[in-house]
Amino acid sequence: MGRKLDPTVKVKRGPGRKARKQKGAETELSKFLVDDDGPKKLSSRSRKRAIKRAQVTKEPKQEEKSKKGFSDENSKWLKPTQRKRKIEQSEEDEDSDSQWEEEDDDEDEEGFVKKEMEEEDDDDEDMVDDYGADEGDEQDSDGEELLPIERAARKQKKQTSKKPGSDDDEDEDEEEEDDDDEEDEKDDLKEDEEEEEDTVQANFDETETFKLPAAADRAKEGLLQMDLQTIHQRIRDNVDVLSHFSEKREEGKERSEYLSLLRSDLCTYYSYNEFLISKLMDIFPVSELIDFLEANEIQRPVTIRTNTLKTRRRDLAQALINRGVNLDPLGKWSKVGLVIYDSSVPIGATPEYLSGQYMLQGASSFLPVMALSPQEGESVLDMSAAPGGKTTYMAQLMRNTGMIVANDANADRLKSVVGNIHRLGVTNAVICNYDGRQFPKVMGGFDRVLLDAPCSGTGVISKDPGVKTGKDEADVLRSAHLQKELILSAIDSVNADSPTGGYLVYCTCSIMVEENEWVVDYALKKRNVKLVPTGLDFGKEGFIRFKERRFHPSLKLSRRFYPHSQNMDGFFVAKLKKLSNTIPTAPRETDEVESTKTETAASSEQIQKPESKQQKPASTPEKSNMGKKQKLKPEKSETPIITKKAGVKSENKKSDGPKKAKIAKLDGETSKKSAKPNKKQKVKELNGDSTKEVVIEKKKGSQFEKNNKTKNKNLLKKNKNRMGKNKFKKLKNMVGQ
Amino acid sequence: MFRIGENIRLLIDRPDGTYCFRLHNDRVYYMSERILKLATNISRDKLVSVGTCFGKFTKTQKFRLHITALDFLAPYAKFKVWVKPGSEQSFLYGNHIMKSGLGRITENTAQYQGVVVYSMADVPLGFGVAAKTTQECRKVDPMSIVVFHQADIGEYIRSEDTLT
Repeated sequence: MGRKLDPTVKVKRGPGRKARKQKGAETELSKFLVDDDGPKKLSSRSRKRAIKRAQVTKEPKQEEKSKKGFSDENSKWLKPTQRKRKIEQSEEDEDSDSQWEEEDDDEDEEGFVKKEMEEEDDDDEDMVDDYGADEGDEQDSDGEELLPIERAARKQKKQTSKKPGSDDDEDEDEEEEDDDDEEDEKDDLKEDEEEEEDTVQANFDETETFKLPAAADRAKEGLLQMDLQTIHQRIRDNVDVLSHFSEKREEGKERSEYLSLLRSDLCTYYSYNEFLISKLMDIFPVSELIDFLEANEIQRPVTIRTNTLKTRRRDLAQALINRGVNLDPLGKWSKVGLVIYDSSVPIGATPEYLSGQYMLQGASSFLPVMALSPQEGESVLDMSAAPGGKTTYMAQLMRNTGMIVANDANADRLKSVVGNIHRLGVTNAVICNYDGRQFPKVMGGFDRVLLDAPCSGTGVISKDPGVKTGKDEADVLRSAHLQKELILSAIDSVNADSPTGGYLVYCTCSIMVEENEWVVDYALKKRNVKLVPTGLDFGKEGFIRFKERRFHPSLKLSRRFYPHSQNMDGFFVAKLKKLSNTIPTAPRETDEVESTKTETAASSEQIQKPESKQQKPASTPEKSNMGKKQKLKPEKSETPIITKKAGVKSENKKSDGPKKAKIAKLDGETSKKSAKPNKKQKVKELNGDSTKEVVIEKKKGSQFEKNNKTKNKNLLKKNKNRMGKNKFKKLKNMVGQ
Repeated sequence: MFRIGENIRLLIDRPDGTYCFRLHNDRVYYMSERILKLATNISRDKLVSVGTCFGKFTKTQKFRLHITALDFLAPYAKFKVWVKPGSEQSFLYGNHIMKSGLGRITENTAQYQGVVVYSMADVPLGFGVAAKTTQECRKVDPMSIVVFHQADIGEYIRSEDTLT
């Protein structure tokens, strides 16, 4: 929990930043310049600083004398300043600065802030915060009557006119000293920095180049304890180098060396295991990786979902505000979400919570239900329902009509589902305890299915830090295997012919490609489904390719969410539409990527025209005919059918009309065996065979065929092998179909 | 025990379809017939809950009404008790209601009559039994109990396990 603001204890504050007014040179100056005469009254802080200073000054003095070109008188009070730490810097600054601080202590923030502002004015990013040092050079101890800003300007001028080398030396020395001050050992880096002074650049924006420690030094590090600050600094430098690799790299050092150093540093600093860090490095570019890891260290904001069955968001917000809760609407994308900033009462125990007016739910959990958008009166299945947040959201969207089956394999977690369902006033739910994979057998024919698959949990590391070290390759693959089985069961439980639905939403709280895109891609190959837009307009698109894998291009329609970019738990959502209730039994060829969206053969003679019309990529008549043909022949996969066409063609002369259909079926079976040699013929024969399909389907009375009839007529004429029209019709009539 | 009397018919014949009560694993569930049909697909041992659980039969075959029935019974309640905001939390923790916490009470409440407890914002909080008649409530001292606690919505957190 954060620091609680206790209004009864008033923290003394000086005038704020903006309250400052110029009171005249005298008064202004007197704040910052104190005559250096006599012993100063030191406040407790200053006393501490003085002590620290005394400790620090031993080493710096020597080096300063050797490296810096300062005159002796200055070296007495010249102290090293810390790089990049403006507030802390003041602790080690020399007298004039410390004078400022004393004044600051007395006047609280004013001087401090001013000083910081100056520093910010001066520097672009880092370095060179030794105001005091330079000023010492210019000013007498009594001080010229310069305003701080004038001093800063002078200093700026001086810096630009000074030799770049000396300044850098200064800085690097100071850095070195800082590092030395902080840790016991950093020999390697220090040496590196000293070497770097020779190759210094005039441009202050580029700090000294980050040098990879040699292997021996790395080993040494293993034995001696490294300070977290150092590691963090090293990580930052490393990332910096990697982002501008060509400019900042060291000669002779490969990128992989930097990467491996970064990997081990990240493991140490953020406490991950090697496997997970490597995976993350594959998914994210290096700079984003740091953001992701940082985001995982802090909790996501608490969010709640209004239960529209019982109340409205407006009323609920009002009631909670009256109880002392600080909240805001979640965002434009949600009409029922509220984010809680802080609260004087426990959010999980207010009377509003108990009466079921809202539910504590992560923001990312809203998304799959929004994508699924169940309609009133539909039958919906939630395969992994516990603890019931998504189930209840679906119920409220359906206004308690229709039916929801909430299933979970874990009986203990089901209790929370029961509790939440009753608390939120959901009446159309049936709760059961099956293994999700049993589902189509138990019950099928749902309009919509939601599968929030059990996963490795790499998206919710902020909630469960155990994932950082607990997951390895085997876990991820095991999860992926389970998810693949579940998604197939889920697809089989959807009724493709549903008048309003036929949708499945697959989601996980993981960011691993193995559990997300790979599983969806697998489903696309194994079943007659296609991806459709989720309806969520924010979030990152799913990956089309990842390392050596290539996924179906429609994977772009799936969405990924990250803690560092959307400020919600890591999540993946994909919405699938089922095209046909039939299950292809033979595995598809992977090179038939374009036709994966078309259906495989139908076992029944159902004419599934609506589905065929939904085939988007199959724009060419050939391909669509191919698809139709597949419907006719039982249990055909793509290539066997194509080869079968060849088979049909070759055997066409043998077969007569009535036998044709039967033989065609037989051909399919035989050609399965002879699939390979006939593949080459398939392209040539596509044209010819497609016409046959048209004709055959005419038998069955296909509507689609009519559209293509004119197109195919030309092909018909070309093809010599085809049967004469009249003859065919005769045979058709004989068969009596 | 709590009674709603003839209003029970209102629960059965609802405008959006017929509802029914079914017994499963010693618990009484209230659901629409549509759901009933679909729930028959699920085997008995795997079925955890259907619709809303109203209550259960104890080992000695007494019927105990659960808090989960609150939303359905509350509108039909004949006798209601409103509790002041200060004592709301106390009731939600399972304590009885004292005269000092009593906001309003329906007229002519008999003693030991089942009542529904509301908050001042008309949010139903739970069930109770009137310890005193309305008349007596006016006369007694502020520290005496006027409503015995039977069930409250705080139980959703306190005794989640018993809901199933």
